[in-house]
Amino acid sequence: MTTTVASNGRAHRHPSGTPEAPQGGHARPFPPGHPLARLTPEQIDEIGAAFQRIHEDVYADLGEADAHYIRSLVEFHRRLAALSRIVLMASRYLPAWLLGTTGLSVAKILENMELGHNIMHGQWDWMNDPYIHSSTWDWDTVSPAAAWKHSDNYLHHTFTNIVGLDKDVGYEIMRVDPKQPWNPVYLLQPFYNVLLMLFFEWGVGVHDLDIDAIRKGTKDMSQLRDELKGIGQKVGRQVLKDYVIFPALSGRKGFKQTFAANFTANIVRNIWSNAIIFCGHFPDQAYTYTQEEAADESRGAWYLRQLLGSVNIDGGDTFHLMSGNLSYQVEHHLYPDLPSSRYKEIAPKVRAICEQYGLPYNTGPFLRQWSMVQRTLIRLAFPGGKVRPKAPPYVKPPAQEDPGPVVASARGPIPAFP
Amino acid sequence: MVERAATPTVPPWRRRVMRVARALTTPLAPDDYLGLLNPAWSARELTGMIVRIKPETEDASTVVVRPSFRWGGHRPGQYLRIGAELNGVRHWRAYSLTSDPDHPEGLVSVTVKHVPEGRMSPWFTRGAEAGQMVFLGDVEGEFRLPEAIPARSLFISAGSGVTPIWSMLRELERRDALTDVFHVHCARTADGMIFGDYLRRMDVEYDGYTLHAHLTGGAPRLRPSDLDELCSDWRERATFLSGPRDMIDAFQSHWKEHGDSTLLNIERFQPIIGTGDADVGNGGTVRFRVTDVEATCDVGVSILVGGEQAGGILPYGCRMGICHTCVGKLCQGQVRDLRTGELHGEPGHTIRTCVNAPEGHIEIEL
Repeated sequence: MTTTVASNGRAHRHPSGTPEAPQGGHARPFPPGHPLARLTPEQIDEIGAAFQRIHEDVYADLGEADAHYIRSLVEFHRRLAALSRIVLMASRYLPAWLLGTTGLSVAKILENMELGHNIMHGQWDWMNDPYIHSSTWDWDTVSPAAAWKHSDNYLHHTFTNIVGLDKDVGYEIMRVDPKQPWNPVYLLQPFYNVLLMLFFEWGVGVHDLDIDAIRKGTKDMSQLRDELKGIGQKVGRQVLKDYVIFPALSGRKGFKQTFAANFTANIVRNIWSNAIIFCGHFPDQAYTYTQEEAADESRGAWYLRQLLGSVNIDGGDTFHLMSGNLSYQVEHHLYPDLPSSRYKEIAPKVRAICEQYGLPYNTGPFLRQWSMVQRTLIRLAFPGGKVRPKAPPYVKPPAQEDPGPVVASARGPIPAFP
Repeated sequence: MVERAATPTVPPWRRRVMRVARALTTPLAPDDYLGLLNPAWSARELTGMIVRIKPETEDASTVVVRPSFRWGGHRPGQYLRIGAELNGVRHWRAYSLTSDPDHPEGLVSVTVKHVPEGRMSPWFTRGAEAGQMVFLGDVEGEFRLPEAIPARSLFISAGSGVTPIWSMLRELERRDALTDVFHVHCARTADGMIFGDYLRRMDVEYDGYTLHAHLTGGAPRLRPSDLDELCSDWRERATFLSGPRDMIDAFQSHWKEHGDSTLLNIERFQPIIGTGDADVGNGGTVRFRVTDVEATCDVGVSILVGGEQAGGILPYGCRMGICHTCVGKLCQGQVRDLRTGELHGEPGHTIRTCVNAPEGHIEIEL
């Protein structure tokens, strides 16, 4: 994995720059049946080039319309958040409470997913706008921006699904893959899974502290002190805003109700973001890797690891927006630096590559995917566990010709006129 | 990090109110919400509205801008970073300020020469219109009139290099100090001379101002040795020189050999700095916290260059301390400015990695 910097200082993440293909056709230690075991090094290189071409085409096409999209959304979020807060000043009346809480929940979800996550990924850095930029953006959660950028942008996106390197495989506290050795603590997993769901932002907040390194005593103490200070400041400001100042602005009679409304909005956002994020890599279809399998991989193999290790969620445009387009987790992992609003148009091109090379394109409906994840979390709390069956190679569903509107006739339905 | 506009100067009471109101808007700023009601109410960054674009010659125009907040002033000869959005991307360039520092309507202007292969100058001279928004950066530049006006001076300019010189001449005119000024200006044609009419009028009006227009259309370029004939006492004059790089190099070495270098003032853009040429400070070590790289910088090696040599991929732009693309937050230690030799920086300060070197061990959030 290397990174290159464009002349304007923009850093793009690229897979390993070493185009060296593995020696021989099947030198890689993949088990039979694994998509990578079927492909020749030449094919892997071709696939890498094909994925790279999509990136170049979309990147070259970014412009005014994209800038307009993100600015409109930033503005919409701010208006919705401000309006909801104002409505909640009357939170002692139930309709105002319901309206304000719904509005604030939606605002917090948009801010977290489509804005915060994607802007902090640098997807909009090409605009060179200092206020919609990964280096300056901070989100409305208790997790400091810098910490998250390190754990997600760098560790997770570089070492995606490599057990032992990608700290997002179980977040150092959960067993989500049978490759992870079992430990009696995991018996409590079904219990703290629910806690993590409810208080996800707090989990994300401490995630980057590198609990493993602290446990082993290898963590630099001055850095730990600074990071804890950062979290402390962020937590203080968030708590003051949501649980002191805005409740106080609702008056003596409304304090409790606004407190409850803000708490609810934070919990709703936490449950939602947890669900979407857990559906990204933990469903059955996702492949995980050993460090040996991912050693010295070529650029093509890097793309393939992202493709096979990520899982999409089917849904409509609103669903995709509310999930910050992480329902296009596959496209996000292939192109973490491309604007999320482009994933929809990239998806068919990715599927075409999958079909051409007999690769799976992991996706499924939300509830099915989410239940799968919960099932795994409960099963793997106990020792053992098997690798779950994977998706078959992608085949484009036959195009169904739209017969158009029909009207009833004595002989059955006939095409409508005109 | 990304290049930013200047921060407007606002009254202290406003700053205090905003600091308190931030508790409501965190992690955003109150200005982010004020801007929704009226973009002009946001004091987040200094912007400006193009008032008009005044053509000076066939390929140069003066862009007149009304800043969104009171103009903080500048010294004649200084330049302004000005930004605009082209196809969704914000671009920045630095141009010499040509407006009077105390313009009664608070307007400012830069004069831009059209560079056909450029991006920003064609936009300013051909594409931009009144009513469009631009971003105004900091006023910078050491090339300016000294407080004590020299008794005798020599101005040498070429092409669009005349813009800072023109600002200085105007200041001299306003202060009634055009007593003994010799000006050599190189242009291709008389018509193509930016501010040509104005300079020619001054030449007629003031006994103390002499303009020598060196027209290069067909004639050889101006050589430093030509000065003996044009202005025989050039050695004794305070000289201000603005033009293309090779011209500056030629005149600079001429002054070193035959004149007094301390009297020669030039627009000092150092294209590359921090590669170890400067003998400043003691060097040190850097820990890049985000990139997770440890670097050792020898004497005169910038944080950026040291980090790159250690294998870090770091953001950069101009590499000469203008654009602020390379900045990072200092977490620990102090740094030395390679341009001035000054030791500075405290934890929490944002520093430019391209022109600063570590002094001892530092940690930076990059």
